[in-house]
Amino acid sequence: MGHGGGGAMSAELVEHLFLPAFRGPAAATELADAAVVALGGARVAFTTDSFVVRPLFFPGGCIGDLAVNGTVNDLAMVGATPCYLATAFILEEGTELAELARVAEALGAAARVAGVRLVTGDTKVVDAGHGDGVYINTTGLGLVPDGVDIRPGRARPGDVVLVSGEIGAHGVAVLSCREGLEFGTQVRSDTAPLSGLVAAMLATGADIHTLRDPTRGGLAATLNEIARGAQVGIAVTERAVPVAAPVADACSVLGLDPFAIANEGKLVAIVPAADADRVLEVMRAHPHGRDAAAIGTVTEDNAPMVVARTGLGGSRVIDLPMGSELPRIC
Amino acid sequence: AGQSGSDGRRRRRITVRGLVQGVGFRPFVHAAATDLALAGWVCNDSDGVIVEVEGSPGAVAEFGRRLTADAPPLAVIERVTATDLAPRGDAAFTIARSRAGDAPHTMVSPDVATCPDCLRELADPADRRHRHPFITCTNCGPRFTIITGLPYDRPATTMAGFPLCPACAREYRDPRDRRFHAQPIACPDCGPRLEFVPPGTGPAVLGEDALAAAARLLTVGGVVAVKGIGGYHLACLATDQAAVATLRRRKRRGDKPFAVMVADLTAARRLAHLDRAEAAVLAGPARPIVLVARRDDGRPALAAAVAPNSPDLGLLLPYTPVHHLLLAAVAAAGGSPAPLVMTSGNLGGEPIAADDADARRRLAPLADAWLRHDRPIHVPCDDSVVRVVDGDPLPLRRSRGFAPLPVPLPFAVAPTLAVGADLKNTCALGTDRSAWLSGHIGDMDDADTVRAFTAAEHHLERLTGIRPTALATDAHPGYRSRQWARRHAAGRPVRSVQHHHAHVAAVMAEHGLTGDRPVVGFAFDGTGYGTDGAVWGGETLIADYRGFERFAHLAYVPLPGGDAAVRRPYRMALAHLWAAGVGWDGGVGWDGDVGWDADLPPVAACPAGERRALAHQLATGLACVPTASMGRLFDAVSSLLGVRHRADFEAQAAIELEARARRCPGGPDAWRNRYAFGIDRPVPGGPLVADAAPVIRGLVRDLRRGLAVEAMSAGLHAAVVALVVDLARQARSERGLDVVALTGGVFQNVLLATAAARALRAEGYTVLRHRRVPPNDGGIALGQLVVAAAGARE
Ligand SMILES: [Fe+3]
Ligand SMILES: [Mg+2]
Ligand SMILES: [Zn+2]
Ligand SMILES: [Zn+2]
Repeated sequence: MGHGGGGAMSAELVEHLFLPAFRGPAAATELADAAVVALGGARVAFTTDSFVVRPLFFPGGCIGDLAVNGTVNDLAMVGATPCYLATAFILEEGTELAELARVAEALGAAARVAGVRLVTGDTKVVDAGHGDGVYINTTGLGLVPDGVDIRPGRARPGDVVLVSGEIGAHGVAVLSCREGLEFGTQVRSDTAPLSGLVAAMLATGADIHTLRDPTRGGLAATLNEIARGAQVGIAVTERAVPVAAPVADACSVLGLDPFAIANEGKLVAIVPAADADRVLEVMRAHPHGRDAAAIGTVTEDNAPMVVARTGLGGSRVIDLPMGSELPRIC
Repeated sequence: AGQSGSDGRRRRRITVRGLVQGVGFRPFVHAAATDLALAGWVCNDSDGVIVEVEGSPGAVAEFGRRLTADAPPLAVIERVTATDLAPRGDAAFTIARSRAGDAPHTMVSPDVATCPDCLRELADPADRRHRHPFITCTNCGPRFTIITGLPYDRPATTMAGFPLCPACAREYRDPRDRRFHAQPIACPDCGPRLEFVPPGTGPAVLGEDALAAAARLLTVGGVVAVKGIGGYHLACLATDQAAVATLRRRKRRGDKPFAVMVADLTAARRLAHLDRAEAAVLAGPARPIVLVARRDDGRPALAAAVAPNSPDLGLLLPYTPVHHLLLAAVAAAGGSPAPLVMTSGNLGGEPIAADDADARRRLAPLADAWLRHDRPIHVPCDDSVVRVVDGDPLPLRRSRGFAPLPVPLPFAVAPTLAVGADLKNTCALGTDRSAWLSGHIGDMDDADTVRAFTAAEHHLERLTGIRPTALATDAHPGYRSRQWARRHAAGRPVRSVQHHHAHVAAVMAEHGLTGDRPVVGFAFDGTGYGTDGAVWGGETLIADYRGFERFAHLAYVPLPGGDAAVRRPYRMALAHLWAAGVGWDGGVGWDGDVGWDADLPPVAACPAGERRALAHQLATGLACVPTASMGRLFDAVSSLLGVRHRADFEAQAAIELEARARRCPGGPDAWRNRYAFGIDRPVPGGPLVADAAPVIRGLVRDLRRGLAVEAMSAGLHAAVVALVVDLARQARSERGLDVVALTGGVFQNVLLATAAARALRAEGYTVLRHRRVPPNDGGIALGQLVVAAAGARE
């Protein structure tokens, strides 16, 4: 089933099933990574995410650090400083305790690195055969500094699109590990907390319009969501998008598009042209943004499409990934 | 019972609908009325032409007869209605001013090649339009591409900016003149100017000097962007290997053949074998590119880079005065007539460049210089492409010269827009019993094409006056055409039509079938989204307009990695080998053979790392979609036989495989029954499934025995023909149906289309093939339109 693929099908579920059902004072109006709510005079960012990766351990990380970094990054994408996490485990009967301990260790270590405190949690056990070993849900709270207003709807024609580094590593690492495939050099997941990078970017004083972490559905899904959210076009120069050679090779061999592959430690930033160089410089100076690049611009044309100028001089439309590899060529 | 005046006079008002504007209809009416001594008037309105004639009852009756019997050659009369009026005693017959209305359903003429009368004047030193590059008359010239609105009059064309000089105005007003009310006419005094923009920063030159400069540059191997009717061409000498190779490299064209323009049929016959039907299409007023069999001893010898590996040549004759003058100038500059490569001015997949500023920007990296003019092109329109099969034209691209001629429909439809498929896109607007099809728009992969689609659709709405109340699209969730329809729906219903159902419905509609009885439709193509989410393409549908039943299909094989499997046919070959149990992945094969069968061409063509990953994908289904595609089977066999492992352009592997079979003495008949599909009904009550595995295993066996590739390819064609006949027999015995439709891009394969039709007819089937719209996805919009409209009637 493609509904979890983070592409067109999950978007349809949210739009046509969940949102109508949840309509009311509780439902969020803009679909951002985290909700920003007023609470006791403070602007609080609030988000939740569930982690169901297979295998649990893969080159570069495991489900434990994913569960922290995923939620921390969702908070960071509205400009919040992450503060507290709650975590819930759903364990399959028969899961090795040693394995669980390694996951818990990784989770705790990741929280320390990200500077968030784990303050509450829950554990449930389901019958053998009713889960993939360990599922984790994390919920995060963060504080949004005054004057920070970061959301997809603020992308404006003329803005510059930045990406914080080489894309596609997490998806390829997990896939090759799960499938037992090797692509020359081992590809490692990029899982990392991005709150430090975002803090550095905010410290420049630049008016950052939009931040997104391109997780499921990859860069393609993220750019399409921004284009739709702001009703703008996005023009990307294909060659400017950093892709590590082993990731590109793996995608070519399997017939996958690196633009549609998941990342767990990358962000896309949309900033006014006047601020772009300054923000890019700061990103490159940060360990999680060393390979940051300007990859395109927000346009008035082609709204709400994402268009890549190809190496051949053509202009490829980049779709919201469908969650499966249907060919379009006749 | 007509009303007659006291003096026995009769007055009749006649309304003519159809293609009657811009084709010399009013002068014809004027001449006929004057000849019969009738009084009254004629005018264009947005519904067609209205005539009132008054005179003796006999003359009025004769006028009615001549109106349809002697109409001008380009006119297409759809409907004539007449009412009697009281005589008013008019003294003369006049041509009245056009009336604009709010519901224009008039047909607009397609663009028409320069007529013999104009060519005579072009060559006549005594004529005031001697060598005038924009000579036209009522019977020829640009129409569709210059019309900005209706009714069709000069102010509603891109000639609005060229006021007529007194001499032209006289001709325009004179009902006896060939140029009476011909909207695009002009002369050297008042018409557009030809201009040559040289390489670098040199000054532009005009008129005769422009022609001479362009010809000189062409003869020394330059690439010139030439502005034509529906857009810019890129031209170079077809005999100059270096020039053609340069153009190919700049256009990033791979091995896709270029079309070649020759001066006349005599020159065409020196390059290719033409039969009568091919010559007639080539020289007809639409002047499409015609795919014909090239001569081995062609003269002058064309550069190999014109059409590498292709037994066919795409030829076309000049269709504008500029073409005629340019070919003559090249012959003069080079000392002998030379054919020119004439390829659309664009990068692969992009829409053709038609706007001057856009062309300047987009073609700058492709062209050395420009030969252009200041008559704007309002809507781009690419060259049409036609091939002749068994004496009948088979359109491969229906565009310039045909668009926007309506296709008559077998039943009345509500105003509907069909947005077509994503490749070779065209759109269609239908209302009542007509469908108007756009020209070829292009591949919707490209953002510029999506924009061109919007422009073409708006233009078509303006010309037809149709305001669609419903939209029809393909069912493929990823199609941009479908996304476009959803974005532009504005509350109107959007109906999804399954791809192959649309293919079959398109053939039915163009043959005027009412749909009371279903047909047996063979829709063989590369890719179409199926109702089960799989990729269909080897389909036998029992279909009418309202629905279809999947009667039979090719057995599913995994399509590994979506578009990658299409671009690299060796992946498809390995998938088919895997499905047929031929071991190339280190396992034990069907023949007990173990290991990596590196002797098989696709195994050798696939890099080892990719082969290991592919074996894993096929075994686990990772990034694989099941496909029943006939197009992919031809790709797979092309790679299996070592013909083509990577495709530079759509269907290249299949086209080159067909070329091999055509070289086989005796053709497919000589290798009948060599290979056979397995036909089975795995699920009781479900569709028949045709398994290619026995064919693949037979080919592997023959490959290892060293049988000639030509023979094996012929054998594959024979097996597909036998499959079609077997399935048709099954449909006849189960359902009593004997009308068979052949459609889908695979039926562009002449060998297959001809052999299948012959075999079916021999068994008493009625065989329907495309004549008006392409069997490829360029014909999808028409099918979507009729299916959506039929569904809405329920
Ligand atoms: Fe098709
Ligand atoms: Mg998330
Ligand atoms: Zn003429
Ligand atoms: Zn004039």
